Amino acid sequence: MSFEVRLGLQLGEAEVFAEFSSDARLTALVGPSGAGKTSVLNAIAGLLHPREGRVVAAGQVLFDSAQRIDLAPEARRAGYVFQDGRLFPHMSVRANLAYGERLAPASERWITRDEVAGLLDIGDLLDRRTANLSGGEVRRVAIARALLAAPRFLLLDEPTASLDAARAEALLGLIERIRDAMDVPILLVSHSRAEVERLAGQVVEMA
Amino acid sequence: MSGVLSAAEWAVIGLSLKVSLVAVLASLPLAYALAWLIARRRFPGRMLLDAAVHLPLVLPPVVTGWLLLLAFGRNGPIGHWLQQAFGVSLVFTWLGAALAAAVMALPLMVRAMRLSIEAVDRKLVEAARTLGASPLRAFATITLPLSLPGIAAGAMLGFARSLGEFGATITFAANIEGQTRTLPLAIYTGLQVPGSEGAVARLAIMAIVLSLGALMVSEWLVRRSGGSRAHVL
Repeated sequence: MSFEVRLGLQLGEAEVFAEFSSDARLTALVGPSGAGKTSVLNAIAGLLHPREGRVVAAGQVLFDSAQRIDLAPEARRAGYVFQDGRLFPHMSVRANLAYGERLAPASERWITRDEVAGLLDIGDLLDRRTANLSGGEVRRVAIARALLAAPRFLLLDEPTASLDAARAEALLGLIERIRDAMDVPILLVSHSRAEVERLAGQVVEMA
Repeated sequence: MSGVLSAAEWAVIGLSLKVSLVAVLASLPLAYALAWLIARRRFPGRMLLDAAVHLPLVLPPVVTGWLLLLAFGRNGPIGHWLQQAFGVSLVFTWLGAALAAAVMALPLMVRAMRLSIEAVDRKLVEAARTLGASPLRAFATITLPLSLPGIAAGAMLGFARSLGEFGATITFAANIEGQTRTLPLAIYTGLQVPGSEGAVARLAIMAIVLSLGALMVSEWLVRRSGGSRAHVL
């Protein structure tokens, strides 16, 4: 099972419910703005705490209110690519990449820095300051940083949003390659029908 | 240069620098911890803690000095304990002057540090956590380095404030030459003695120079750490 999610989240006045399970290599989470898609990703990553429910990713129970399981974010090993990149502004690209890599157990790494640099074409960016990167470059570095942390599963939040058509196309090709080559389930939030049809083995609609 | 000021006047300046430096360095960790608590934690009594930290800013310094006397005096609970446990007495000593200066400088230090901690995007800390960092590591690698400008600015502000501290010091530590007679106290003493207008003027000029210097160093530190953020690691 790639993902098994059943959760109820209280976000201020609003409540978000999500329930799905998927065996697909890539599962897409779609729905209108404000449906709580990003909140679901945050809950799976351990950044939000559901009132109740159960979250299993890549075979590991991350949260189970009945069994009182609630792993800390650092123990969940999510490869979370945030919509806004969230690169560390006081570090070079190289230091950003090394951040999670250093913390991951060596035996669990499944991709090397050279492989990531080749896959994402970021070899030339390593010594740059994050402030000087373009939107597409930030996205690629953020994905590389997540992959190097040896995640057990990936959470991609609108990875192609605000990229031009050519950049978006390149990134989709890359996600396809990660999906087909790596043994990590991916949960993708997207607004684009075409993107979802092309990538996803299973689609989850949120109302 | 030694011809400009007398040996006694140099001693006053040396004592002032020592008192202010110790006051700031000793209270820095506490100030940062308080700033972090107020900026990042929501707990019952947070407003009260915030108010208590700021109290020395608005209280008459004499009252602060008197409260210190009650707590740290020979018969005060903390003073008594310090005397029993370590044989240390703070009243009428330069350490007491440093304590008074630290308490008076604390609100300014906490304010500057708190603002810079609040300016650190929590989302970066979340990102660090998902990458495998414990809360402590995320703090040490993200929040702390990104709030360095505030730490530097707070320290220099606190230093400048300590140099000028008068009311709490004279109340708690008294005005003892060589022990607690810092720059402002020496100027005050000079004003009481006919014929020491020259000494007062010289010390006043030194006070202006030192305070201006502290402010300029603070500004420079902020600019430097702001401009070189990307090179830190």
